[in-house]
Amino acid sequence: MKTKILIVLALLVPLMALANEGVKLDHAPIDPNNQASLQRGAKTFVNYCLNCHSAAYMRYNRLQDIGLTDAQIKSNLMFAGEKVGDTMTVSMPKADAKIWFGAAPPDLSVEARARGADWLYSYLRGFYRDDTRPTGWNNVVYDKVAMPHVLWTLQGEQALKIDEKTETHHLVLEKQGTMTPAEYDETVADLVNYLVFMAEPFKERDKHLGLLVLAFLGLLFVLTYYLKKEFWKDIH
Amino acid sequence: MANSNQQDSKGLLGWIDDRFPLTSTLKAHVTEYYAPKNFNFWYFFGALATLVLVIQILTGIFLTMNYKPEASLAFASVEYIMRDVSWGRLIRYMHSTGASMFFVVVYLHMFRGLIYGSYKAPRELIWLFGVGIFLVLMGEAFFGYLLPWGQMSYWGAQVIINLFTSIPFVGPDISLWLRGDYTVSDATLNRFFAFHVIALPLVLLGLVVAHLIALHEVGSNNPDGVEIKKYKDPKTHIPLDGIAFHPYYTVKDLMGVSVFLIVLSAIIFFAPEMGGYFLEANNFIPADPLKTPPHIAPVWYFTPYYSILRAVPPILNSQFPGVAAMGLSVVSFAFLPWLDRSPVKSIRYRGGLYKKWLAAFVVSFIILGYLGTEPSNVWGQFASDLPLVGGADRATIVARIFSVVYFSFFALMPWYTKKDKTKPVPERVTA
Repeated sequence: MKTKILIVLALLVPLMALANEGVKLDHAPIDPNNQASLQRGAKTFVNYCLNCHSAAYMRYNRLQDIGLTDAQIKSNLMFAGEKVGDTMTVSMPKADAKIWFGAAPPDLSVEARARGADWLYSYLRGFYRDDTRPTGWNNVVYDKVAMPHVLWTLQGEQALKIDEKTETHHLVLEKQGTMTPAEYDETVADLVNYLVFMAEPFKERDKHLGLLVLAFLGLLFVLTYYLKKEFWKDIH
Repeated sequence: MANSNQQDSKGLLGWIDDRFPLTSTLKAHVTEYYAPKNFNFWYFFGALATLVLVIQILTGIFLTMNYKPEASLAFASVEYIMRDVSWGRLIRYMHSTGASMFFVVVYLHMFRGLIYGSYKAPRELIWLFGVGIFLVLMGEAFFGYLLPWGQMSYWGAQVIINLFTSIPFVGPDISLWLRGDYTVSDATLNRFFAFHVIALPLVLLGLVVAHLIALHEVGSNNPDGVEIKKYKDPKTHIPLDGIAFHPYYTVKDLMGVSVFLIVLSAIIFFAPEMGGYFLEANNFIPADPLKTPPHIAPVWYFTPYYSILRAVPPILNSQFPGVAAMGLSVVSFAFLPWLDRSPVKSIRYRGGLYKKWLAAFVVSFIILGYLGTEPSNVWGQFASDLPLVGGADRATIVARIFSVVYFSFFALMPWYTKKDKTKPVPERVTA
């Protein structure tokens, strides 16, 4: 009984410990209508993310929506002999992943809806070297994250510098990777753009439909307005 | 109207009318139901609530065809609906947006009752059926929210069921009985599904029918709060200020419906999450019994009551007072017909005292609603050297003050409505 009350109390008083509220997120410069960006993001996604992370609700042929043909999808983005109608699964068993990383990599199908684009954009640019971590990496957005810096060959290695006077910290690029910082930011923006698309593939298409629906309803309102006026002429 | 079934109808309609009261029922409830002619903006929301109910039932049927009420499949089946079912995403958004819009129109409908005294005699039973609808609706929303099986679904259900644990003596057993397991699990999901798709909708429909039958028995109230049945045409016995529901209010409601559908569609197509208020971001993470989210907030329509729950401090190490206060804050509406001792119904003829109390209540409801969506440290803490409130969360103290205002609106109503200076009420409706 006592412990249950404690559980209730613990649940009622929201815990803020895990929220990392102090981090200021950078605005993700993404454009859901930029197909080239989405295609580059898809390429980065299947090459770097889709080895550990699945996107088990996303079908490969849904990529037609970002301007790719089935043939292009098959030859450029599928490596393990899947069918184009298959979903983006990975062969790494969750149980093994948990042993290797300490936590199983989450499915990324709707991650952008859970985290938001700005969080992902800041997170993927927020890794720094930390020898106290088992992977050798830590993250300013997600402290003690289990995931290593997968894009490190592109970005290079950052270090966390703490300014003791102002009690603030900032990241410094100590060893540049194959990309310049600007190129890396753009690559991450493309990737986030893709993740946002993948979380809700029909969103942009449905907006066009939404405009038609609103136009129809606007017309319906005008008709019903005059219909009402006509009927109510004899009242008052 | 004992022999009203003797209609002059011929042909097929006549054949039916001889066996079933079709024409007479239509007349009594639609074409010859006389409503006051002075309905204003606030009188759209009853019809709109009916519309949302129909939308929820229809979209719910199609969702049920594709949803899997099974802990290991539920989350995936919702994404399946979102991606692979034809138009599934729109059906799902209609349902999720409809749930929030249901509360929007019901709250506005209830507010109409408050400002025009629609709960006062002879409409107490209409009001009670309405409160019943409101309670069942809250149950519907709560049970339905578990079904997507996201983190908020899971932990929200966990928190609410755990509330029952605080009931003295029988609490833990009640919680266990509700969950069907020691934590929220597949068993819980299955029974919530059953409640959501069949048990509560049946009760809801029954209450809606009772609400309407009671309304059509005594007749609608109106913004003036006068009884139109007092002045009838001596020959036709039609109230002088009454107009037939059909066609006058059917065409007027049609106009209201098209405006409502514009709002509904704009949300469905352009902002289905409504900034996290209609669909919470955390609910896109599958339920994980081992990972408590840092901030558990109910959906916006529950937050005023949730705020009251959090505001009440535990007494003798028990959370029960808070839980009881939350329950009372919802049920309080049912007592209004007997708390209000004003001789007038409409706010148009009430004095300033009632208006001030109503305004204070609305402000409390909104502030408590806002605070319920935020963690209790949202406004920081008072300085630790202050008397009484030193070191306490500012938001908690504010929530306590407005909880007191919320309950005072009900508890003090017999006095301030009695004391209030009212204006003379006209005999007939004004314009």
